Amino acid sequence: MTHVVTENCAGCRFTDCVSVCPVNCFHGDGERLYIDPVLCIDCGACIPKCPVKAIVEDIDILGSPMIELNEEKSAILPVITAKQEPLPGAEARRDALLAEGAA
Amino acid sequence: MTGSIAIIGSGPAGFYAAEALLNSGEALCVDIFERLPVPFGLVRYGVAPDHQKLKRVTAVFETVAAHPDFSFIGNVTAGRDVSFEELGAAYDAVILATGAISDRKLGIPGESLPGSHSATEFVSWYNGHPEFRDHSFDLSHPCAAIIGNGNVALDVCRILAKTPEDLASSDICDHALKVLSDSCITDIVVAGRRGPLQASFSIRELREFAAIPGVEAVFDPAEIDEASASPDEMDAAARMLTILKGFSHPDEPRKAARRVHFRFLLSPSRIEGEGRAERVVLSRCKLEGEAFARRAVATEAETELSAGLVLRSVGYRGTPLPGVPFDDAKGVIPSREGRVIDRDGETVSGLYTAGWIRRGPSGIIGTNRECAAETAEAVLADLRADRLTRDPSLRSRLLSRLQTGAAQTVNLAGWHRIDQMEQTVGAAQGKPREKITSVAEMLAAAAVNMPEPALP
Repeated sequence: MTHVVTENCAGCRFTDCVSVCPVNCFHGDGERLYIDPVLCIDCGACIPKCPVKAIVEDIDILGSPMIELNEEKSAILPVITAKQEPLPGAEARRDALLAEGAA
Repeated sequence: MTGSIAIIGSGPAGFYAAEALLNSGEALCVDIFERLPVPFGLVRYGVAPDHQKLKRVTAVFETVAAHPDFSFIGNVTAGRDVSFEELGAAYDAVILATGAISDRKLGIPGESLPGSHSATEFVSWYNGHPEFRDHSFDLSHPCAAIIGNGNVALDVCRILAKTPEDLASSDICDHALKVLSDSCITDIVVAGRRGPLQASFSIRELREFAAIPGVEAVFDPAEIDEASASPDEMDAAARMLTILKGFSHPDEPRKAARRVHFRFLLSPSRIEGEGRAERVVLSRCKLEGEAFARRAVATEAETELSAGLVLRSVGYRGTPLPGVPFDDAKGVIPSREGRVIDRDGETVSGLYTAGWIRRGPSGIIGTNRECAAETAEAVLADLRADRLTRDPSLRSRLLSRLQTGAAQTVNLAGWHRIDQMEQTVGAAQGKPREKITSVAEMLAAAAVNMPEPALP
């Protein structure tokens, strides 16, 4: 089992999750974050921190390509250990996601 | 900028404060003082032995500890072996991260009968805390009651419910596994004051009960008061309710040797029995207040549970430290952005706090990382503003006094010797580790292979 960052992160990248991750398992590029499934200890601290509900447990999205994508991307992207500024337009995107019930 | 920081307590908050300070890019040295010879606080003594994945967080703490400017000073009790006054003079900053492990009482008649314990006591016993390893628990009665609805309640329930075979691969202490192997318990009730919609345990922890070998989880959907819940409340609790509804109905024939009953809207009013706990009398509760802020209010109606073991898990509080401000009502050290404040709201220079003793016993391991990082930021800001002063020679005097004193201190290498011994002994039994449970044995293990003191 592990936790997985889904598409909702892309374009927002709020990174609030990073500040509560006990094991530094978030990696990212300019667009979004990914979780290293080897390091993640399944504590779930990140889930309620995400303003766009981008983080889920793998058992809730079994079969989704997101699971493999997190595994692949986290292996090659740098680790993010501290909260960063969200991407420009993140708040507007969050509000849109909330309005359509996707977050 | 240079500076020295003492952190009191080596649990998650202490280690995350150290991490933030050592990664700040400033030339700081960080000394963590721990009253036990071994580090990691509640990760070692709180996290359940069958949750080994969570315990892997210690790898992060070991990375912090490997920093050349980090020191672990175990078997030193701040406030006893070294005063807070002395610490304050020797360090630029002192961060109090002592946690909150004393339990709240129910405050009901019969609470002190034999057989009635705090969940903390039980957790500390099966996790091998030196101060609790000699406690005894009588598991000869077929029924146990757990009062409380948080994750600790579920932890103790799982440990009582699991078969010895299932627990054998965890790092539960041998003394506890022996007692649990002889357990006569067949039914465990977890009773919460509020309803299933307000339960404070996490979905992940509840879900585990659906798949424990030899254990049947039981829930009566009639305890969901759909009529008075708001649609938003029902939505928010949807996943929790799906799991609960997937459990057996209490009227179904028993499917497993042990049953765990999830009960709600019950508040204990007294524990009764002849010379020991034999039953708990609970008041039925009703909910009052607004959606998402419902309170449980006891009614006249009562119900009785047979129980020879009663474990309460209804909250925790910190304990005051000598000469340090304390908010007795909340059980925390009063603070602002991590800076300790006195009764008048004034900042106490050089004194900081992080973790449960700062904000109370809520949140999980990672929550303490954010909390401790904020405290570290306050320390760094005060150091940069040159608000902190101390006499650097006092730190080396203090450390050498402790190292040459009558009481043995344990450094990082000493901890690693204890760790190695525990893992070696554990591996022989197919366990991640067999914890050493007495301070004397820890100190002996820490001292193995130490160079002989030079003859005068």
